[in-house]
Amino acid sequence: MRADPVTGEVLQGPLEPVYVYEAPVRLAHWVFAIAITVLAVTGYLIGDPVSIQQGEASESFFFGWIRTIHFIAGYTLAIMFVVRVYWAIVGNKSARSIFVPPLWSPRWWKGVFAQASYYLFIGKERLWVGHNPLAQAAMFFMFTLGVIFMILTGFALYAQQWGWGLTPMNLFGWQFVLFEQPQTLRTLHHLGMWYVLLFVMVHVYMVFREDIMSGQSVISTMINGVRMWKAKPRAH
Amino acid sequence: MSETYYECMRKQGITRRSFLKFCSLTAASLGLGAQGAQQIAHALETKPRTPVIWLHGLECTCCTESFIRSAHPLVGDVVLSMISLDYDDTLMAAAGDQVEQALEDTIKKFKGNYILAVEGNPPIGDDGIYCIPGGKPFVEKLKHAAKDALAVIAWGSCASWGCVQAAKPNPTTAVPIDKVIKDKPIIKVPGCPPIPEVMTGVVTYFLTFGRVPELDIQGRPKMFYGQRIHDKCYRRPHFDAGQFVERFDDAGARMGYCLYKVGCKGPTTYNACSAIRWNDGLSFPIQSGHGCIGCSEDAFWDKGGFYEHLTTVRPLGTAGIEGTADQIGGTLAAVAGVAIAAHAAASAIKQARSKTRNDLTSVPEKKVE
Ligand code: HEM
Ligand code: HEM
Ligand code: SF4
Repeated sequence: MRADPVTGEVLQGPLEPVYVYEAPVRLAHWVFAIAITVLAVTGYLIGDPVSIQQGEASESFFFGWIRTIHFIAGYTLAIMFVVRVYWAIVGNKSARSIFVPPLWSPRWWKGVFAQASYYLFIGKERLWVGHNPLAQAAMFFMFTLGVIFMILTGFALYAQQWGWGLTPMNLFGWQFVLFEQPQTLRTLHHLGMWYVLLFVMVHVYMVFREDIMSGQSVISTMINGVRMWKAKPRAH
Repeated sequence: MSETYYECMRKQGITRRSFLKFCSLTAASLGLGAQGAQQIAHALETKPRTPVIWLHGLECTCCTESFIRSAHPLVGDVVLSMISLDYDDTLMAAAGDQVEQALEDTIKKFKGNYILAVEGNPPIGDDGIYCIPGGKPFVEKLKHAAKDALAVIAWGSCASWGCVQAAKPNPTTAVPIDKVIKDKPIIKVPGCPPIPEVMTGVVTYFLTFGRVPELDIQGRPKMFYGQRIHDKCYRRPHFDAGQFVERFDDAGARMGYCLYKVGCKGPTTYNACSAIRWNDGLSFPIQSGHGCIGCSEDAFWDKGGFYEHLTTVRPLGTAGIEGTADQIGGTLAAVAGVAIAAHAAASAIKQARSKTRNDLTSVPEKKVE
């Protein structure tokens, strides 16, 4: 089997299973999926809380728990992200793909448009060893950059409770200067949630669609790491 | 120049007893501990008086109104006797040419040795014609007075950030003073107005220790702006419990629940209101049932309604769509949802029409030798 070194497009058979996603990549994926789901639910509730209208304040820590869960999930996301970045450095080629997409390569951009035209029912389907270039672009711009933004702004908001002059604020407080003031940062953190959620919506749809319709395995690949092929070999 | 603060105060009729009381009160509000009172007293007794020039630009004068209402009348008296002597066009008795002369005299006599306190800010649009005190654009007066100053205090949100006159669309191009004064240390004391005890505390600190108090990265004294309103708010237990006021006339409002959902900006506002409070520690906005509007934060006028938690944003410029993060994000998500459903339907139809399942997907096969 021969694949394009830049885009991962399968150029020539015979098709054979390829181990693409190593264990840390798969683990990180599912931790991210769970953490982001939890962060989005609790985050939405932080922005627009449901309120309890009775009882003593000392008897309840309802909103406190929502925030605490958000922070625990936030730490989980951040720590897993750091581990994932480490694995991008030491792991295989596929482990790097969502961090350094080959934006400089015309061949890769051709792959992006080829995949887009396939989704628009114009072009024909191609097979890819790793992520297809369109998915890779979405993962880089919406997931990787989006999550970095959410972690930075999230920890800046989190640092506020320590006040100025202490380590958390020294590390993340510069963002309040960059974005005028904390309320702006809060709004951006909130908008960032929708940016990441848009990715998740389209991503989950595409994953199921491809798993059902495409010529390659998809969901099982993110579980056992191996890319299998359903496509029929064509004698040439 | 040899006159000390203490001598000067005594001349104003302040007794030694009042003087010492002032020293301990101020030491307490600056968080200096028991030693602090003695340090302040000693400094005021021995150091020559540093004159203060107080300028007024584009403003509502609420900073001065606040300042002369310092909790303890005593504090006000003491500090006023220290500062109004030199130049403050709204507080001094003189008027007209006499006042402008006093300003020039002070600048000349105490060259490089006076503190410049600025209330309000300079509008720099159209050569500064939107603020003309004494026949000259304020921006020129400000630059002139700043040139020979030892240090500069920016009173209030106007001087610190720009405040209402710099809110969008800012027709006069009002700018905070640090856009005009670049070469002097500037202490920002934001708030609309700042808390009087904070103002006197900052002045006293500078006068007694002869240096700028420790500032955060936005130039505010850490001792007063180190924490948020939310961090010391007495309604915080209701916040943690999830007990929120939904409307200003509901049962929660009567029970003193947290004002987060009716727009309280306490969680994003650095100031000392919830600790020092106002009017001799009597109350502060949240205590009287109104959310914090975030008046000591940069551009607080442009951060959406005072009565909503979520800021409205305009993603496509001033003429474009306007909405909260949830309205904008929710709309985009709905559009994406419809697009996904349509694409799924189209895919299913296409799949049903094609004869063999993967007739399009194939790769040329060649035996690898
Ligand atoms: C919050 C939810 C989710 C997020 C943020 C997310 C994010 C990502 C990211 C960043 C990648 C690239 C992985 C890498 O290269 O490290 C990826 C790949 C993948 N995800 Fe998700 N994902 C989510 C939910 C899901 C769900 C629910 C499924 C399936 C049921 C899924 C299935 C997959 C699969 C199969 C791939 C590999 C695609 C391929 O074969 O190239 N994801 N996802
Ligand atoms: C994809 C990841 C994340 C999403 C979707 C998300 C979502 C949200 C949302 C919607 C809000 C409400 C903002 C508002 O009041 O308008 C929020 C608040 C907040 N988030 Fe996140 N967040 C994420 C990651 C993080 C991370 C990594 C941290 C770091 C610990 C964090 C810390 C916070 C904090 C401290 C607040 C303010 C809570 C408060 O003071 O009451 N977030 N988040
Ligand atoms: S009233 Fe405002 S400052 Fe007080 S706890 Fe609620 S949100 Fe925080």
